[in-house]
Amino acid sequence: MTEETMSPEHLAYLRGLRVKAALVRGTQFLLLVGLFVLWEVAASRGWINAFIFSQPTRIWAALVRLYREGSLWRHLGWTVWETVLGFTLGTAAGIVIAVMLWWSEFFSQVMDPYIVVLNSIPKVALGPIFVVWLGTTITAVVAMAIAVSIIVAIMMMHTGFKEVDPNKVMLVRTFGASKGQILWKVIIPASIPTMIAALKVNVGLSLVGTIVGEFLASKAGLGYLIVYGGQVFNMSLVMASVLLLLAVSVVLYYGVTFLEERVTKGRQ
Amino acid sequence: MARVEIRNVSLNYHTLAGEVRAVEDISLTIEDQEFVAIVGQSGCGKSTLLSLISGLLRPTRGSVFIDQEEVQGPCRRVGYMLQNDYLFEWRTILDNALLGLEIRREKTPEAVAEVKAMLKAYGLGGFEQYYPAQLSGGMRQRVALIRTLATGPDVLLLDEPFSALDYQNRLAVGEEVVKILRERRKTVIMVTHDIPEAVSMANRVVVMTPRPGRIRSIHRIKMCDEGLTPLQTRERPQFREYFTTIWKELNRDD
Repeated sequence: MTEETMSPEHLAYLRGLRVKAALVRGTQFLLLVGLFVLWEVAASRGWINAFIFSQPTRIWAALVRLYREGSLWRHLGWTVWETVLGFTLGTAAGIVIAVMLWWSEFFSQVMDPYIVVLNSIPKVALGPIFVVWLGTTITAVVAMAIAVSIIVAIMMMHTGFKEVDPNKVMLVRTFGASKGQILWKVIIPASIPTMIAALKVNVGLSLVGTIVGEFLASKAGLGYLIVYGGQVFNMSLVMASVLLLLAVSVVLYYGVTFLEERVTKGRQ
Repeated sequence: MARVEIRNVSLNYHTLAGEVRAVEDISLTIEDQEFVAIVGQSGCGKSTLLSLISGLLRPTRGSVFIDQEEVQGPCRRVGYMLQNDYLFEWRTILDNALLGLEIRREKTPEAVAEVKAMLKAYGLGGFEQYYPAQLSGGMRQRVALIRTLATGPDVLLLDEPFSALDYQNRLAVGEEVVKILRERRKTVIMVTHDIPEAVSMANRVVVMTPRPGRIRSIHRIKMCDEGLTPLQTRERPQFREYFTTIWKELNRDD
Protein backbone atom coordinates (compact mmCIF):
# COMPACT_ATOMS: atom_id res chain seq x y z
CA MET A 1 0.00 0.00 0.00
CA THR A 2 1.18 3.52 -0.76
CA GLU A 3 0.25 6.73 1.03
CA GLU A 4 -2.35 7.58 -1.62
CA THR A 5 -4.28 4.34 -1.39
CA MET A 6 -4.56 4.37 2.42
CA SER A 7 -7.76 5.42 4.10
CA PRO A 8 -7.61 8.58 6.23
CA GLU A 9 -8.27 6.42 9.32
CA HIS A 10 -5.26 4.26 8.59
CA LEU A 11 -3.05 7.30 7.99
CA ALA A 12 -4.22 8.75 11.30
CA TYR A 13 -3.41 5.46 13.01
CA LEU A 14 0.11 5.41 11.54
CA ARG A 15 0.63 9.06 12.49
CA GLY A 16 -0.46 8.21 16.04
CA LEU A 17 2.15 5.46 16.24
CA ARG A 18 4.87 7.78 14.99
CA VAL A 19 3.92 10.50 17.45
CA LYS A 20 4.02 8.01 20.31
CA ALA A 21 7.46 6.71 19.27
CA ALA A 22 8.81 10.24 18.91
CA LEU A 23 7.46 11.10 22.36
CA VAL A 24 9.30 8.17 23.93
CA ARG A 25 12.56 9.03 22.15
CA GLY A 26 12.25 12.70 23.05
CA THR A 27 11.63 11.96 26.71
CA GLN A 28 14.58 9.56 26.82
CA PHE A 29 16.83 12.23 25.35
CA LEU A 30 15.54 14.98 27.66
CA LEU A 31 16.03 12.77 30.70
CA LEU A 32 19.70 12.27 29.81
CA VAL A 33 20.30 15.93 29.04
CA GLY A 34 18.40 16.95 32.19
CA LEU A 35 20.56 14.74 34.39
CA PHE A 36 23.76 16.15 32.94
CA VAL A 37 22.53 19.73 33.28
CA LEU A 38 21.46 19.09 36.87
CA TRP A 39 24.84 17.52 37.62
CA GLU A 40 26.68 20.46 36.07
CA VAL A 41 24.59 23.05 37.92
CA ALA A 42 24.78 21.20 41.22
CA ALA A 43 28.57 21.00 40.97
CA SER A 44 29.14 24.60 39.91
CA ARG A 45 26.75 25.97 42.58
CA GLY A 46 28.55 23.91 45.17
CA TRP A 47 25.53 21.71 46.11
CA ILE A 48 27.81 18.73 45.60
CA ASN A 49 31.57 18.57 45.87
CA ALA A 50 32.89 18.67 42.30
CA PHE A 51 36.20 17.20 43.48
CA ILE A 52 34.45 14.00 44.56
CA PHE A 53 31.52 13.90 42.15
CA SER A 54 33.26 15.55 39.21
CA GLN A 55 31.05 17.38 36.71
CA PRO A 56 30.23 17.08 33.00
CA THR A 57 32.46 19.95 31.84
CA ARG A 58 35.42 18.51 33.76
CA ILE A 59 34.74 15.07 32.31
CA TRP A 60 34.71 16.60 28.86
CA ALA A 61 37.98 18.35 29.62
CA ALA A 62 39.48 15.05 30.77
CA LEU A 63 38.38 13.39 27.54
CA VAL A 64 39.86 16.18 25.47
CA ARG A 65 43.13 15.92 27.41
CA LEU A 66 43.28 12.16 26.81
CA TYR A 67 42.67 12.77 23.14
CA ARG A 68 45.36 15.48 22.90
CA GLU A 69 47.90 13.30 24.71
CA GLY A 70 47.13 10.64 22.13
CA SER A 71 46.37 8.03 24.81
CA LEU A 72 42.59 7.94 24.25
CA TRP A 73 42.76 5.55 21.30
CA ARG A 74 45.48 3.48 22.94
CA HIS A 75 43.36 2.80 26.05
CA LEU A 76 40.18 2.29 24.06
CA GLY A 77 42.00 0.04 21.62
CA TRP A 78 43.44 -2.18 24.33
CA THR A 79 40.10 -2.68 26.05
CA VAL A 80 38.23 -3.38 22.83
CA TRP A 81 40.94 -5.76 21.60
CA GLU A 82 41.08 -7.68 24.89
CA THR A 83 37.31 -7.90 25.05
CA VAL A 84 36.94 -9.08 21.46
CA LEU A 85 39.70 -11.67 22.00
CA GLY A 86 38.07 -12.74 25.25
CA PHE A 87 34.60 -13.25 23.91
CA THR A 88 35.54 -14.81 20.59
CA LEU A 89 37.97 -17.24 22.25
CA GLY A 90 35.57 -17.84 25.16
CA THR A 91 32.64 -18.47 22.87
CA ALA A 92 34.66 -20.58 20.44
CA ALA A 93 36.09 -22.73 23.23
CA GLY A 94 32.62 -22.91 24.76
CA ILE A 95 31.18 -24.19 21.49
CA VAL A 96 33.95 -26.78 21.08
CA ILE A 97 33.45 -28.08 24.61
CA ALA A 98 29.66 -28.07 24.15
CA VAL A 99 30.13 -30.16 20.99
CA MET A 100 32.21 -32.64 23.01
CA LEU A 101 29.51 -32.79 25.67
CA TRP A 102 26.87 -33.35 22.98
CA TRP A 103 28.99 -35.99 21.28
CA SER A 104 29.54 -38.12 24.37
CA GLU A 105 26.73 -38.64 26.84
CA PHE A 106 29.29 -40.21 29.18
CA PHE A 107 31.60 -37.20 29.08
CA SER A 108 28.61 -34.92 29.61
CA GLN A 109 27.50 -36.83 32.70
CA VAL A 110 31.01 -36.87 34.12
CA MET A 111 31.50 -33.14 33.56
CA ASP A 112 28.11 -32.05 34.84
CA PRO A 113 28.97 -31.39 38.52
CA TYR A 114 32.24 -29.66 37.57
CA ILE A 115 30.45 -27.29 35.26
CA VAL A 116 27.81 -26.53 37.85
CA VAL A 117 30.46 -25.71 40.47
CA LEU A 118 32.60 -23.68 38.07
CA ASN A 119 29.52 -21.75 37.04
CA SER A 120 28.64 -20.87 40.61
CA ILE A 121 31.98 -19.43 41.70
CA PRO A 122 32.58 -15.74 40.97
CA LYS A 123 35.24 -15.94 38.27
CA VAL A 124 36.74 -12.56 39.17
CA ALA A 125 38.02 -14.22 42.34
CA LEU A 126 40.42 -16.11 40.08
CA GLY A 127 41.99 -12.85 38.89
CA PRO A 128 45.03 -12.90 41.22
CA ILE A 129 45.73 -16.49 40.19
CA PHE A 130 45.92 -15.52 36.53
CA VAL A 131 48.20 -12.59 37.38
CA VAL A 132 50.59 -14.88 39.25
CA TRP A 133 50.53 -17.52 36.55
CA LEU A 134 50.59 -15.31 33.49
CA GLY A 135 52.15 -12.09 34.76
CA THR A 136 50.82 -8.57 34.30
CA THR A 137 50.28 -9.09 30.60
CA ILE A 138 47.49 -8.99 28.08
CA THR A 139 47.36 -12.78 28.41
CA ALA A 140 46.23 -12.50 32.01
CA VAL A 141 43.54 -9.98 31.05
CA VAL A 142 42.25 -12.13 28.20
CA ALA A 143 42.35 -15.21 30.43
CA MET A 144 40.16 -13.33 32.87
CA ALA A 145 37.74 -12.38 30.08
CA ILE A 146 37.59 -15.99 28.90
CA ALA A 147 37.14 -17.33 32.42
CA VAL A 148 34.13 -15.09 32.95
CA SER A 149 32.43 -16.02 29.66
CA ILE A 150 33.35 -19.62 28.86
CA ILE A 151 31.15 -21.51 31.33
CA VAL A 152 28.04 -19.61 30.29
CA ALA A 153 28.95 -20.25 26.66
CA ILE A 154 29.31 -23.99 27.33
CA MET A 155 26.02 -24.21 29.18
CA MET A 156 24.04 -22.15 26.68
CA MET A 157 25.39 -24.02 23.69
CA HIS A 158 25.01 -27.46 25.22
CA THR A 159 21.40 -26.72 26.17
CA GLY A 160 20.86 -25.34 22.65
CA PHE A 161 22.27 -28.51 21.07
CA LYS A 162 20.07 -30.71 23.22
CA GLU A 163 16.97 -28.70 22.34
CA VAL A 164 17.33 -29.21 18.59
CA ASP A 165 14.18 -30.97 17.39
CA PRO A 166 14.95 -34.73 17.66
CA ASN A 167 12.77 -35.28 14.60
CA LYS A 168 15.21 -33.27 12.50
CA VAL A 169 17.97 -35.59 13.71
CA MET A 170 15.74 -38.59 12.96
CA LEU A 171 15.15 -37.23 9.46
CA VAL A 172 18.84 -37.16 8.56
CA ARG A 173 19.34 -40.54 10.22
CA THR A 174 16.78 -41.99 7.77
CA PHE A 175 19.22 -40.91 5.06
CA GLY A 176 21.96 -42.81 6.89
CA ALA A 177 23.72 -39.77 8.37
CA SER A 178 26.80 -40.34 10.53
CA LYS A 179 27.22 -38.60 13.86
CA GLY A 180 29.51 -36.03 12.25
CA GLN A 181 26.91 -35.32 9.58
CA ILE A 182 24.21 -34.94 12.22
CA LEU A 183 26.46 -32.38 13.89
CA TRP A 184 27.27 -30.38 10.75
CA LYS A 185 24.00 -30.65 8.88
CA VAL A 186 21.55 -30.32 11.78
CA ILE A 187 22.91 -29.47 15.23
CA ILE A 188 25.27 -26.62 14.30
CA PRO A 189 23.05 -24.80 11.77
CA ALA A 190 19.98 -25.24 13.99
CA SER A 191 21.94 -23.69 16.87
CA ILE A 192 23.05 -20.52 15.07
CA PRO A 193 20.43 -18.41 16.90
CA THR A 194 21.65 -19.86 20.22
CA MET A 195 25.23 -19.04 19.23
CA ILE A 196 24.27 -15.44 18.56
CA ALA A 197 22.44 -15.27 21.89
CA ALA A 198 25.57 -16.66 23.59
CA LEU A 199 27.71 -14.07 21.83
CA LYS A 200 25.39 -11.31 23.03
CA VAL A 201 25.63 -12.45 26.62
CA ASN A 202 29.38 -13.01 26.32
CA VAL A 203 30.14 -9.54 24.99
CA GLY A 204 28.93 -8.12 28.30
CA LEU A 205 30.58 -10.81 30.41
CA SER A 206 33.92 -10.51 28.61
CA LEU A 207 33.89 -6.79 29.14
CA VAL A 208 33.49 -7.46 32.88
CA GLY A 209 36.41 -9.89 32.74
CA THR A 210 38.56 -7.48 30.75
CA ILE A 211 37.97 -4.56 33.11
CA VAL A 212 38.67 -6.68 36.19
CA GLY A 213 41.74 -8.05 34.46
CA GLU A 214 42.92 -4.53 33.70
CA PHE A 215 42.30 -3.49 37.31
CA LEU A 216 44.72 -6.17 38.39
CA ALA A 217 47.30 -6.47 35.68
CA SER A 218 47.85 -3.89 33.04
CA LYS A 219 49.49 -0.68 31.97
CA ALA A 220 46.77 0.34 29.53
CA GLY A 221 43.04 0.08 28.90
CA LEU A 222 39.94 1.63 30.41
CA GLY A 223 40.14 -0.57 33.49
CA TYR A 224 43.68 0.65 34.08
CA LEU A 225 42.55 4.27 33.60
CA ILE A 226 39.74 3.83 36.12
CA VAL A 227 42.02 2.36 38.76
CA TYR A 228 44.73 4.91 38.03
CA GLY A 229 42.21 7.79 38.21
CA GLY A 230 40.92 6.45 41.52
CA GLN A 231 44.40 6.17 42.98
CA VAL A 232 45.39 9.73 42.07
CA PHE A 233 41.92 10.93 43.07
CA ASN A 234 41.16 12.26 39.59
CA MET A 235 37.43 11.59 39.54
CA SER A 236 36.96 13.31 36.19
CA LEU A 237 39.33 10.78 34.63
CA VAL A 238 37.42 7.93 36.30
CA MET A 239 34.08 9.24 35.08
CA ALA A 240 35.44 9.87 31.58
CA SER A 241 36.70 6.28 31.45
CA VAL A 242 33.35 4.94 32.62
CA LEU A 243 31.59 6.89 29.87
CA LEU A 244 34.05 5.49 27.33
CA LEU A 245 33.38 2.02 28.68
CA LEU A 246 29.67 2.61 28.20
CA ALA A 247 30.30 3.58 24.59
CA VAL A 248 32.44 0.47 24.05
CA SER A 249 29.77 -1.87 25.42
CA VAL A 250 27.05 -0.25 23.30
CA VAL A 251 29.16 -0.50 20.14
CA LEU A 252 30.08 -4.14 20.81
CA TYR A 253 26.47 -5.07 21.59
CA TYR A 254 25.17 -3.49 18.41
CA GLY A 255 28.00 -5.12 16.49
CA VAL A 256 26.69 -8.51 17.56
CA THR A 257 23.09 -7.47 16.84
CA PHE A 258 24.17 -6.45 13.35
CA LEU A 259 25.82 -9.84 12.91
CA GLU A 260 22.61 -11.49 14.11
CA GLU A 261 20.52 -9.69 11.51
CA ARG A 262 22.93 -10.70 8.77
CA VAL A 263 22.97 -14.35 9.80
CA THR A 264 19.28 -14.87 10.50
CA LYS A 265 18.07 -13.10 7.37
CA GLY A 266 15.58 -15.28 5.51
CA ARG A 267 14.76 -17.48 8.47
CA GLN A 268 11.34 -17.17 10.09
CA MET B 1 7.91 -60.33 -6.46
CA ALA B 2 8.27 -59.62 -2.78
CA ARG B 3 9.90 -56.23 -2.17
CA VAL B 4 9.71 -56.20 1.58
CA GLU B 5 9.53 -59.20 3.81
CA ILE B 6 8.99 -58.94 7.54
CA ARG B 7 9.68 -62.28 9.22
CA ASN B 8 8.54 -62.91 12.81
CA VAL B 9 9.72 -59.53 13.97
CA SER B 10 9.46 -58.56 17.67
CA LEU B 11 10.87 -55.55 19.43
CA ASN B 12 11.22 -54.97 23.15
CA TYR B 13 12.66 -51.83 24.59
CA HIS B 14 13.93 -51.17 28.04
CA THR B 15 13.20 -48.38 30.46
CA LEU B 16 13.89 -48.01 34.18
CA ALA B 17 10.29 -48.96 34.81
CA GLY B 18 10.79 -52.25 32.97
CA GLU B 19 10.63 -53.90 29.62
CA VAL B 20 8.05 -52.85 27.03
CA ARG B 21 6.96 -55.18 24.27
CA ALA B 22 6.32 -52.77 21.41
CA VAL B 23 5.61 -55.16 18.55
CA GLU B 24 5.34 -58.91 18.67
CA ASP B 25 5.77 -61.58 16.05
CA ILE B 26 4.87 -59.60 12.97
CA SER B 27 5.12 -61.26 9.59
CA LEU B 28 4.12 -59.48 6.42
CA THR B 29 5.16 -59.63 2.78
CA ILE B 30 4.75 -56.60 0.57
CA GLU B 31 4.80 -56.97 -3.19
CA ASP B 32 6.56 -54.65 -5.60
CA GLN B 33 4.56 -51.46 -6.28
CA GLU B 34 2.02 -52.37 -3.63
CA PHE B 35 0.54 -49.73 -1.32
CA VAL B 36 0.01 -51.13 2.17
CA ALA B 37 -1.59 -49.10 4.93
CA ILE B 38 -1.13 -50.04 8.56
CA VAL B 39 -3.82 -48.84 10.95
CA GLY B 40 -3.95 -49.13 14.70
CA GLN B 41 -4.59 -47.12 17.81
CA SER B 42 -1.96 -44.70 19.08
CA GLY B 43 0.90 -46.46 20.80
CA CYS B 44 0.29 -49.82 19.08
CA GLY B 45 3.78 -49.85 17.59
CA LYS B 46 2.90 -48.79 14.02
CA SER B 47 5.69 -46.25 13.86
CA THR B 48 8.07 -48.68 15.55
CA LEU B 49 7.35 -51.10 12.74
CA LEU B 50 8.38 -48.47 10.17
CA SER B 51 11.58 -47.75 12.11
CA LEU B 52 12.32 -51.48 12.01
CA ILE B 53 11.78 -51.65 8.24
CA SER B 54 13.94 -48.57 7.69
CA GLY B 55 16.77 -50.00 9.79
CA LEU B 56 16.69 -47.15 12.33
CA LEU B 57 15.85 -49.80 14.95
CA ARG B 58 17.03 -53.40 15.03
CA PRO B 59 14.46 -56.06 15.96
CA THR B 60 14.90 -58.03 19.17
CA ARG B 61 13.88 -61.15 17.26
CA GLY B 62 13.17 -61.85 13.61
CA SER B 63 14.40 -59.97 10.58
CA VAL B 64 13.38 -57.65 7.78
CA PHE B 65 14.39 -58.26 4.19
CA ILE B 66 14.30 -55.81 1.31
CA ASP B 67 14.83 -57.43 -2.07
CA GLN B 68 15.89 -60.60 -0.24
CA GLU B 69 18.62 -58.70 1.59
CA GLU B 70 18.50 -58.39 5.37
CA VAL B 71 18.17 -54.83 6.66
CA GLN B 72 21.17 -53.88 8.83
CA GLY B 73 20.73 -50.11 8.96
CA PRO B 74 19.32 -47.20 6.94
CA CYS B 75 19.75 -48.14 3.29
CA ARG B 76 19.33 -46.34 -0.01
CA ARG B 77 16.48 -48.52 -1.20
CA VAL B 78 14.19 -47.14 1.50
CA GLY B 79 12.85 -43.60 1.85
CA TYR B 80 11.15 -42.42 5.02
CA MET B 81 8.61 -39.62 5.26
CA LEU B 82 7.87 -38.41 8.76
CA GLN B 83 4.71 -36.96 10.30
CA ASN B 84 5.85 -33.42 9.66
CA ASP B 85 7.82 -32.04 6.75
CA TYR B 86 10.72 -31.03 9.09
CA LEU B 87 12.13 -28.75 6.44
CA PHE B 88 15.20 -26.95 7.78
CA GLU B 89 14.30 -23.28 8.16
CA TRP B 90 17.91 -22.24 7.43
CA ARG B 91 17.98 -23.95 4.04
CA THR B 92 16.31 -22.83 0.84
CA ILE B 93 13.70 -25.08 -0.75
CA LEU B 94 16.26 -26.41 -3.22
CA ASP B 95 18.83 -27.10 -0.50
CA ASN B 96 16.17 -28.83 1.59
CA ALA B 97 15.25 -31.05 -1.32
CA LEU B 98 18.96 -31.87 -1.79
CA LEU B 99 19.54 -32.80 1.88
CA GLY B 100 19.32 -36.55 1.41
CA LEU B 101 21.65 -36.50 -1.58
CA GLU B 102 24.13 -34.40 0.38
CA ILE B 103 24.16 -36.83 3.28
CA ARG B 104 24.60 -39.78 0.95
CA ARG B 105 27.34 -37.80 -0.84
CA GLU B 106 25.53 -38.16 -4.15
CA LYS B 107 24.98 -34.50 -4.97
CA THR B 108 26.16 -34.67 -8.55
CA PRO B 109 25.17 -32.01 -11.13
CA GLU B 110 22.87 -34.59 -12.76
CA ALA B 111 21.15 -35.33 -9.44
CA VAL B 112 20.70 -31.61 -8.78
CA ALA B 113 19.20 -31.15 -12.24
CA GLU B 114 16.80 -34.00 -11.58
CA VAL B 115 15.67 -32.50 -8.26
CA LYS B 116 15.13 -29.15 -9.97
CA ALA B 117 13.05 -30.89 -12.62
CA MET B 118 10.98 -32.60 -9.92
CA LEU B 119 10.41 -29.30 -8.10
CA LYS B 120 9.20 -27.83 -11.37
CA ALA B 121 7.00 -30.81 -12.22
CA TYR B 122 5.31 -30.69 -8.81
CA GLY B 123 4.42 -27.01 -8.88
CA LEU B 124 7.42 -25.67 -7.00
CA GLY B 125 9.29 -24.16 -9.93
CA GLY B 126 10.35 -20.62 -9.08
CA PHE B 127 10.35 -21.37 -5.34
CA GLU B 128 13.83 -22.93 -5.30
CA GLN B 129 15.44 -19.99 -3.52
CA TYR B 130 12.54 -19.42 -1.09
CA TYR B 131 12.74 -20.43 2.55
CA PRO B 132 10.30 -22.95 4.06
CA ALA B 133 8.55 -20.28 6.16
CA GLN B 134 7.36 -18.65 2.94
CA LEU B 135 5.51 -21.78 1.71
CA SER B 136 2.07 -23.21 2.49
CA GLY B 137 1.65 -26.52 4.34
CA GLY B 138 0.78 -28.42 1.18
CA MET B 139 3.79 -27.07 -0.70
CA ARG B 140 6.10 -27.91 2.19
CA GLN B 141 4.80 -31.48 2.21
CA ARG B 142 5.57 -31.75 -1.50
CA VAL B 143 9.13 -30.52 -0.86
CA ALA B 144 9.46 -33.20 1.81
CA LEU B 145 8.28 -35.83 -0.68
CA ILE B 146 10.77 -34.63 -3.29
CA ARG B 147 13.54 -34.71 -0.67
CA THR B 148 12.65 -38.37 -0.05
CA LEU B 149 12.30 -39.27 -3.75
CA ALA B 150 15.57 -37.51 -4.65
CA THR B 151 17.69 -40.34 -3.26
CA GLY B 152 15.84 -42.77 -5.52
CA PRO B 153 14.33 -45.24 -3.06
CA ASP B 154 12.14 -48.13 -4.29
CA VAL B 155 10.29 -48.45 -1.01
CA LEU B 156 8.67 -45.49 0.73
CA LEU B 157 7.68 -45.50 4.37
CA LEU B 158 5.08 -42.87 5.22
CA ASP B 159 4.44 -42.17 8.90
CA GLU B 160 1.11 -40.31 9.09
CA PRO B 161 2.42 -38.04 6.35
CA PHE B 162 -0.66 -35.83 6.18
CA SER B 163 -1.53 -35.49 9.86
CA ALA B 164 -0.05 -32.00 10.12
CA LEU B 165 -2.34 -30.67 7.39
CA ASP B 166 -5.93 -29.46 7.75
CA TYR B 167 -8.71 -31.63 6.34
CA GLN B 168 -9.06 -29.82 3.01
CA ASN B 169 -5.31 -29.99 2.37
CA ARG B 170 -5.08 -33.60 3.51
CA LEU B 171 -7.37 -34.71 0.73
CA ALA B 172 -5.67 -32.59 -1.92
CA VAL B 173 -2.10 -33.43 -0.92
CA GLY B 174 -3.01 -37.11 -0.43
CA GLU B 175 -4.42 -37.23 -3.95
CA GLU B 176 -1.26 -35.69 -5.38
CA VAL B 177 1.14 -37.83 -3.40
CA VAL B 178 -0.60 -41.05 -4.41
CA LYS B 179 -0.52 -39.95 -8.04
CA ILE B 180 3.20 -39.23 -7.85
CA LEU B 181 4.01 -42.48 -6.09
CA ARG B 182 2.03 -44.52 -8.63
CA GLU B 183 3.66 -42.72 -11.56
CA ARG B 184 7.04 -43.54 -10.11
CA ARG B 185 6.06 -47.14 -9.39
CA LYS B 186 7.01 -47.02 -5.73
CA THR B 187 6.26 -49.62 -3.12
CA VAL B 188 4.62 -47.85 -0.20
CA ILE B 189 4.02 -48.69 3.44
CA MET B 190 1.95 -46.04 5.17
CA VAL B 191 1.08 -45.86 8.83
CA THR B 192 -2.03 -43.93 9.84
CA HIS B 193 -4.83 -43.88 12.38
CA ASP B 194 -7.18 -42.41 9.81
CA ILE B 195 -9.22 -45.33 8.40
CA PRO B 196 -10.73 -43.43 5.43
CA GLU B 197 -7.23 -42.35 4.43
CA ALA B 198 -6.02 -45.95 4.57
CA VAL B 199 -9.00 -47.33 2.62
CA SER B 200 -8.81 -44.61 -0.03
CA MET B 201 -5.14 -45.15 -0.84
CA ALA B 202 -4.10 -48.70 -0.13
CA ASN B 203 -4.20 -52.05 -1.91
CA ARG B 204 -4.19 -53.71 1.48
CA VAL B 205 -5.00 -52.43 4.96
CA VAL B 206 -3.30 -54.11 7.90
CA VAL B 207 -5.08 -53.76 11.25
CA MET B 208 -2.86 -53.94 14.34
CA THR B 209 -3.84 -54.79 17.92
CA PRO B 210 -3.06 -52.48 20.85
CA ARG B 211 0.36 -52.95 22.48
CA PRO B 212 2.10 -55.26 22.09
CA GLY B 213 1.32 -54.68 18.41
CA ARG B 214 0.39 -57.80 16.48
CA ILE B 215 -1.35 -58.14 13.15
CA ARG B 216 -5.06 -58.68 13.76
CA SER B 217 -6.30 -58.84 10.19
CA ILE B 218 -5.45 -57.84 6.64
CA HIS B 219 -8.03 -56.44 4.21
CA ARG B 220 -7.63 -56.27 0.47
CA ILE B 221 -9.18 -53.11 -0.96
CA LYS B 222 -10.35 -53.91 -4.46
CA MET B 223 -10.95 -50.31 -5.53
CA CYS B 224 -7.30 -49.34 -5.46
CA ASP B 225 -6.42 -52.38 -7.59
CA GLU B 226 -8.73 -50.91 -10.24
CA GLY B 227 -6.55 -47.81 -10.34
CA LEU B 228 -9.01 -45.35 -8.79
CA THR B 229 -7.58 -42.24 -7.16
CA PRO B 230 -8.17 -41.70 -3.42
CA LEU B 231 -10.94 -39.15 -4.07
CA GLN B 232 -12.70 -41.46 -6.54
CA THR B 233 -12.43 -44.29 -4.05
CA ARG B 234 -14.06 -42.21 -1.36
CA GLU B 235 -17.14 -41.81 -3.59
CA ARG B 236 -17.65 -45.54 -4.14
CA PRO B 237 -20.45 -47.27 -2.17
CA GLN B 238 -18.02 -50.03 -1.04
CA PHE B 239 -15.95 -47.37 0.72
CA ARG B 240 -18.38 -47.31 3.65
CA GLU B 241 -18.39 -51.09 3.90
CA TYR B 242 -14.61 -51.27 4.10
CA PHE B 243 -14.62 -48.45 6.60
CA THR B 244 -17.18 -50.17 8.84
CA THR B 245 -15.42 -53.52 8.71
CA ILE B 246 -12.04 -52.06 9.57
CA TRP B 247 -13.47 -49.76 12.22
CA LYS B 248 -15.07 -52.74 13.96
CA GLU B 249 -11.83 -54.73 13.71
CA LEU B 250 -9.90 -51.89 15.29
CA ASN B 251 -12.27 -51.60 18.21
CA ARG B 252 -12.70 -55.31 18.83
CA ASP B 253 -11.52 -56.59 22.20
CA ASP B 254 -9.99 -60.02 22.28
